[in-house]
Amino acid sequence: MTPYAFSLQDPDLIRSLYILAFVLFIVGMRLLNHPSSARRGNWVAAVGMTVAVGATLLQRETGDFALIALGIAVGTAVGVPAARSVKMTAMPQMVALFNGVGGGAVALIAWVEFRDTGGGLPTDEIIPLVFAAVVGSVSFWGSNVAFAKLQEILPGRPIQLPGQQAINALLALIAVGSAVALAAGSESEGLFILLLVSAAVLGNMFVLPIGGADMPVVISLLNAFTGLSAAAAGIALDNVALIVGGIIVGASGTILTNLMADAMNRSIANVFAGGFGGVKVAGGGDGDAEQRPVRSTDAADAAIQLAYASKVVVAPGYGMAVAQAQHTVRELADELEKRGVQVDYAIHPVAGRMPGHMNVLLAEADVPYENLKEMDEINPEFPQTDVTLVIGANDVTNPAAREQTDSPIYGMPILDVDKSEQVIVLKRSMNTGFAGIDNPLFYNENTALLFGDAKQSVAAVLAAVKDL
Amino acid sequence: MDLLTELTILVLAAFVGFEVISKVPNTLHTPLMSATNAIHGIVLLGGLILIGEAEGFLNELLLVIAIAFGTINVVGGFLVTDRMLEMFKKRPSPKKETEES
Repeated sequence: MTPYAFSLQDPDLIRSLYILAFVLFIVGMRLLNHPSSARRGNWVAAVGMTVAVGATLLQRETGDFALIALGIAVGTAVGVPAARSVKMTAMPQMVALFNGVGGGAVALIAWVEFRDTGGGLPTDEIIPLVFAAVVGSVSFWGSNVAFAKLQEILPGRPIQLPGQQAINALLALIAVGSAVALAAGSESEGLFILLLVSAAVLGNMFVLPIGGADMPVVISLLNAFTGLSAAAAGIALDNVALIVGGIIVGASGTILTNLMADAMNRSIANVFAGGFGGVKVAGGGDGDAEQRPVRSTDAADAAIQLAYASKVVVAPGYGMAVAQAQHTVRELADELEKRGVQVDYAIHPVAGRMPGHMNVLLAEADVPYENLKEMDEINPEFPQTDVTLVIGANDVTNPAAREQTDSPIYGMPILDVDKSEQVIVLKRSMNTGFAGIDNPLFYNENTALLFGDAKQSVAAVLAAVKDL
Repeated sequence: MDLLTELTILVLAAFVGFEVISKVPNTLHTPLMSATNAIHGIVLLGGLILIGEAEGFLNELLLVIAIAFGTINVVGGFLVTDRMLEMFKKRPSPKKETEES
């Protein structure tokens, strides 16, 4: 096989191409740091991926191109239309789903490697392989549950089964037990399948009890998991591209998860213990809510308040995303700006379902990037704000986080919307937010509630402003 | 490659990941998560390598599914990220284009 000094199948060439791919990944991520270069960064990383795939196809061992073509064709046929047609509001679910299939791929690859070799792998291969199988399987099923919750196929509220802790402990025990047995040299495929299944159920059980408010943290964590499992698969398969690509994602996902948990003043352990996603808190809060008086307003009143203000801040939340109200909100802001009102947007780091969720939606509606103010920047400005318009945001505006030491969210940084002159809250009903906690903001004297679907309410206010 | 070389690469690459990522502003977190999400689709390579040696219908089927999953992860991930980032353009035309892709 060596009539030529140079061969495309030369392992050194393939390694070199992998190095090129790593450079492209890293440069791409660096470009993703800035809004102006981020788009280019994404494509640089995509080129890196193309190089890595191309190099692997050159490898001598790579074969059965018909089956490879089939797999890639099916994947493309599913992935491209899904990515093209998904609505901006459904982005978090889509990321969860793409993350899930990645984890699924890791688990399947680990399984086939085990079948191919008939078990009995050396310790330094079987340990990473078992790790990849467990974590990949957890990630696949966990992501699917996260998807189902965000897509409202499953209720967003925490789902707690009786004896959940005991079941989880048992499942973990089964998974760890079979993992140890496999690492110790068991060649039983049944055991490997048991491992995959117990990890799968564990993945479901992990995410089911977590409330919608914590979903960003969960998706980010599962993203890191999939990265780690890919890196482990890379060690098992002796492929350096998998190791590097996987661990970079594992590292980034961990950081992102920490940042998000920090923003909510919660530890990751706390999130998984089901902390303030708990059903009990929600039940208690609802009872009280009915008793206390709230002031409701109508679109015409709200329009007058807004049109004659000099500074208005919009605080959007998941309600805006659900109602797809971002374009109408932009139109309202344009109309107000025509009247000389200064309109800014207060972006809480975890408003919506993912960090940056609100930014993406508002950017889609062509809201200028400069008007989106992050929490630390906008909070000192609330006392000088005439009217704050809270659109479908709840927990991130809850003053209980600042004042009530016994509140489950005490200490979480919030938008200080209650410090502005007037607050208008657009809300569908008096239901509590995703965290299931009552919000004292709604009962303040300077707060008025405008009930209804966010988009319809904003449209009504917009019409009323135009009529003034 | 021996295990220690692989672990060396693993540890160093982890630090690269930390360093590159920690400078991303809040605003870009969703696109960033989506882009890194696409990168872990690199596990697709594992499917490409294994399918050559795979024997038997079940193994081949599982690997074709794995390759399809990996492809969805990669292609979908990068496309979705691009769609998100497309919207971060500074004040484009006041009228949105009719179809984003």
